[in-house]
Amino acid sequence: MIFFTPAFRLVVTTSLLTVAVTLGQGFTAITQALTLNGAGATFPKPLYDRYFAEFSKKYPDIQVNYEGIGSGGGIKQLIAGTVDFAASDAAMNDAEIDKVKQGVLMIPTAGGAVAVIYNLPGVSGLKLSHTVLPDIFSGKITRWNDPKIAADNPGVELPDERIKPVVRADGSGTSFIFTNHLSAINDDFKTQVGATKEPKWPGNPLKGKGNPGVAALVKQTAGSIGYVEAAYTKQTNLPAASVENQKGRFVAPSIAEANTALANIKFPANFRVFEGNPADGYPITGVTWLLVYKHYDSAEKTEAVKKLIQWCLNDGQKFNNGLGYTEIPASVAQEAIETVNSGISTP
Amino acid sequence: MTNPDRAKQYLEVEHNLFQADPKNLLLEQGFTWLVRIFAFSTAGLLLWLSWIIFQDAEPAIAQFGSDFLLSQNWNVGELSFGAAPFIYGTVVSSTLALLIAVPIGLAVAIVTSENFLPVWVRSPLATLVELIAAIPSVIVGLWGIYVMIPVLQPLQLWLYKHLAWIPLFSTEPSGPSMLAAGVILAIVILPTISVISRDVLLAIPLELRNASMSLGATRWETIFKIILPASASGIVGATILALGRALGETMAVTMVIGNSAGINISLLEPAYSITSVLANEFAEALEKLHIGALMYLALILFVITLIVNLIAVLMVNIFTKKIN
Amino acid sequence: MAKSLLDKSLETELHQPLGVGRTLFSWGMTGIAFILTGMALLPLCSILLEILRQGIPNLGWEVFVSLPAPQGMTDVPNGFANALLGTILMVGIASLLSVPFGVMTGIFLSEFGKTSTIASGIRFITVILNSVPSIIAGVFAYAIVVITTHQFSAVAGGFALAVLMLPMVALTTEEALKLVPTSMRLASASLGGNSFQTTFRIVVASALPGITTGLLLAVARAAGETAPLLLTALSSQKWPDGLFSPTASMSVLIYNYANSPYPEQIQLAWTASLVLVGMVCITSILSRLFARKRSLVR
Repeated sequence: MIFFTPAFRLVVTTSLLTVAVTLGQGFTAITQALTLNGAGATFPKPLYDRYFAEFSKKYPDIQVNYEGIGSGGGIKQLIAGTVDFAASDAAMNDAEIDKVKQGVLMIPTAGGAVAVIYNLPGVSGLKLSHTVLPDIFSGKITRWNDPKIAADNPGVELPDERIKPVVRADGSGTSFIFTNHLSAINDDFKTQVGATKEPKWPGNPLKGKGNPGVAALVKQTAGSIGYVEAAYTKQTNLPAASVENQKGRFVAPSIAEANTALANIKFPANFRVFEGNPADGYPITGVTWLLVYKHYDSAEKTEAVKKLIQWCLNDGQKFNNGLGYTEIPASVAQEAIETVNSGISTP
Repeated sequence: MTNPDRAKQYLEVEHNLFQADPKNLLLEQGFTWLVRIFAFSTAGLLLWLSWIIFQDAEPAIAQFGSDFLLSQNWNVGELSFGAAPFIYGTVVSSTLALLIAVPIGLAVAIVTSENFLPVWVRSPLATLVELIAAIPSVIVGLWGIYVMIPVLQPLQLWLYKHLAWIPLFSTEPSGPSMLAAGVILAIVILPTISVISRDVLLAIPLELRNASMSLGATRWETIFKIILPASASGIVGATILALGRALGETMAVTMVIGNSAGINISLLEPAYSITSVLANEFAEALEKLHIGALMYLALILFVITLIVNLIAVLMVNIFTKKIN
Repeated sequence: MAKSLLDKSLETELHQPLGVGRTLFSWGMTGIAFILTGMALLPLCSILLEILRQGIPNLGWEVFVSLPAPQGMTDVPNGFANALLGTILMVGIASLLSVPFGVMTGIFLSEFGKTSTIASGIRFITVILNSVPSIIAGVFAYAIVVITTHQFSAVAGGFALAVLMLPMVALTTEEALKLVPTSMRLASASLGGNSFQTTFRIVVASALPGITTGLLLAVARAAGETAPLLLTALSSQKWPDGLFSPTASMSVLIYNYANSPYPEQIQLAWTASLVLVGMVCITSILSRLFARKRSLVR
């Protein structure tokens, strides 16, 4: 029969084999492990990648999958119910919380500084004061050799070049932390832009997707300035500016300074904090949260989420400093674990 | 064999030939209908697709109406959306791409269809250009970020330094820009133009060329006065098809355009296109209105490419009819 | 007198070399055409060279068998095995969905509808469907699959790719079937074959190499698509976990890593590009082999 020519047989066999191999792979994965899917902030992405890799070493039967799609995206997914947990570095507001049918708990996992990174060949140790930083990002200062910048940086040779701000293209908790600080120190900025995950930037800034996108754009573009979670500066060798804090001191983003800033923050019962301008330490500092449901449809998932949170707040914390994040104070961590243990259930 | 036996046999055969087996008939008709159903569902897919996109765009259409097309404001926080910067970016970058790719594509088509070069050089050359179409556009984009932009940046700086009095070059370049997007789109659509144009040129009857040459015209006079006019509708068709491709191209553009929503006359300024805003914001659109606005953008892109491709297909059909 | 003058002018025109202007024009245009052709080849060569230069140093066995390493962990092997598998999985789903519809539509256009108004209508719609931007297919799959299943998934990605593959498969099938000589159909019918038997045992069977060529080209295109997968399959750091969970793919991995500030991830993006281009090239070469077989059959 012509229908069964060798060519035809070849095609059928190879395609069947491919399908069998791929499907088989997928199905064995299902039977072997429970998978938790999460999505959200890119700010803690390096940390969570590490967390979940280490977590799966300890609990081989639980796989955790995390996608960095931005805080806004994470909250959306959580509301739509397409993930098992989300992450955000802007606390959910009441309207957003109301939309989550299964209820939501916010668990702080790490703190971090938002570094102002720049790409100016030949310039290091840039200092930016309270007046200069908001003006750069609201488009009032447009050239690097502006007298206002020069006044903060005596002796530094600033080029006669256009300042190219780089901001986030996606809804971002990092943007929230950054604009929250700028709004706290500058009233014009507050009215013009405000503290939000999706700022409407004046001018026509370059936009990168996620923290990595902003860091990559700054790295590629001479004369640019942008803001990313401090861990990204460490691994990419981009210089970070020292920023003036409430005490008038110029502070570089470091774990110690971020810890100082967070030390005075009191966490309320729902762990939601919005501090725009801490009393001391590095001023642009924020907290990042894991967002978990109050109700999961299977007991295994509930247990897995509890295990995950416990692990992150106990064993996981020791990875924070190494990757450039602050630890959550032990007392707060214990409180959070208790909240999760009593707050999550299977209906 | 006796005669009646043979007659009986004939009758049987006749019966078999003229009286189709009812089972066979059923199979025959069933199969015909099955094929029809599959074919209609393929056609139905386009309708389904249009309907779904229109339906999901509905909230934004109801909210913004036609103001959407002209508004420059895109603010996810305040839920106010306007498409103007994206439409502008898509149209300008695609136009730029055509301006660059059409002369180059035509040159490739002419060089590979004329006998400047021996056949063993010519056809591999044509295949090589065709190969660009096989490279996934995300890889072209990767190359754009790390090779093209660093090479293009000095050129952009030069344009700014010396030609800043022309509004098109009036701002200091940052790297990613409308110009970069135009150049990368030109690379992506080049094979479309050159391959189709080459086929069109090769389809021109030899007699036309011979007649022109025998009257004393040089090769280039023949190309410009005889061959190109004769193949005009086909080449225009190829160009419009390439335009359709450029309008819908996503990854390569997203990676080099700078993703900054604003209408700026300067080509050295970063911009945004419809496709790149879809790629960037879809996975995280939270509000129904935001999804609606993105769907509205998708609908606009869909309608524009639909019209462009309709025109292109008609143009190519006209050319084929003319040649036949 | 006048006649001899005309003769003379004709003679000079025929025997004199070409005017300077016309010669210059010829040489100039030839030069321009070759320079422009060179410019067309420049980006292609640069892309291929760069992929090889940046991709090869990292290319080793481990990239094919290990998962992407978390940032900051240097002691584990770094690779994209999950993305490779995800791409194969989603292209497989897309083929399963698009081949029956595509081949049947091709059969309808070439065997049943032929030149009828309905067939030209469907052919026209298929051509238009073929030119729908890939991101629109992604938006469509998002609305159909992702919103209803509340999950980014391999199925959604496969569905989006199927929308892109379907018209290609349909059109190439029609072309391949058209090449089968009518005499073969007549012979089958005269031996008592019904339309089902004629179509599948004779026409499709002898056009199989051509259909396979079309299918492989569609597969090559689908394997390189990124935009629709961004909205439908998202990506993942882990092995594909069933068909209804976010799934990594080569193209999305390249996109994500291209926008990364980490040198080792950019490196991996180049290596992944090398592998992806290799996959696409092998598929294209396979399709050419099938095409050659077809010409031998004829």
